[in-house]
Amino acid sequence: MNPHTLTLPKAIVTLLAGALFGLGLAVSTMVQPDVVLGFLRFQDWGLMLVMGGAAGTAFVAYKLVPKLMQRPVLGDKFLTQPAHWNRDTVLGAALFGVGWGLSGVCPGPAIAALGTGNWDIVWALGGIVLGALVQGWRAPK
Amino acid sequence: MDITTLFPFGWQHYLLGGLVIGAGVALLYVFNGWIGGMSSVFSSSWSYLLRRGYFQQARYTDSRAWRLVYAAGVVLGALVWRLFFSDGSAQTTSVPAWQLLVGGFLVGYGARLGNGCTSGHGICGLGSLQLPSLGAVLTFMATAFMTANLMAWSLT
Repeated sequence: MNPHTLTLPKAIVTLLAGALFGLGLAVSTMVQPDVVLGFLRFQDWGLMLVMGGAAGTAFVAYKLVPKLMQRPVLGDKFLTQPAHWNRDTVLGAALFGVGWGLSGVCPGPAIAALGTGNWDIVWALGGIVLGALVQGWRAPK
Repeated sequence: MDITTLFPFGWQHYLLGGLVIGAGVALLYVFNGWIGGMSSVFSSSWSYLLRRGYFQQARYTDSRAWRLVYAAGVVLGALVWRLFFSDGSAQTTSVPAWQLLVGGFLVGYGARLGNGCTSGHGICGLGSLQLPSLGAVLTFMATAFMTANLMAWSLT
């Protein structure tokens, strides 16, 4: 069976997980492009605490939980998503950074802006939707 | 160095927000076994509309339903914050619309080409100690620092 299949219990957990993600983005003010650009201009180091706190929590879950549990509470197995180091990763990350430095917006905050009501950011959300379209259209497969 | 120099707006809300984001990522993993990066939804959702081979890969068509629910959750969480934890007024930004649009385009194109964004590589990738993700984070931090400072410098 497809391990990504969405059952009702899984959908409720997914919605809740996303809600925590969006709440955390708002609490940490990462939904405000001006705060992100302040970090990128070395005026405020808050983003390091946000990324560090989130990655640290994820680390505990990713490393510890599979040792304690055979399978996820609602699923059959813990999925992995290996990252690869190649030309696309480097070029993609470099372009992503240019766009991030220009706008102060990345994918999570662009989506969260629909909840905070920061309609200016819908420009960035539209840009991301188009960028993903063009990337997939140009991709060899 | 004084801590207020590093964090002129305080530091507690940054750490708290980061831990809450991490709790969401952890919840998705512990209950469903899924890795919750955010940028994939922008490719997987196109698979509903377009037959093109790239979008029809199993990694997108299999996960597109939950990724949309996950994104809806992000909107919901941000709305909860607006209704219960803020003064309720809509936020604005000083960043011009063209920078948001052009920057957003590069963010979308680059994140999907590099298979990850600030959450996919920065939170999930670093959280699972993957060296390629560390490389991606250092790369996008470097070009973002350069771009943001170049823009600030060119406007003064």
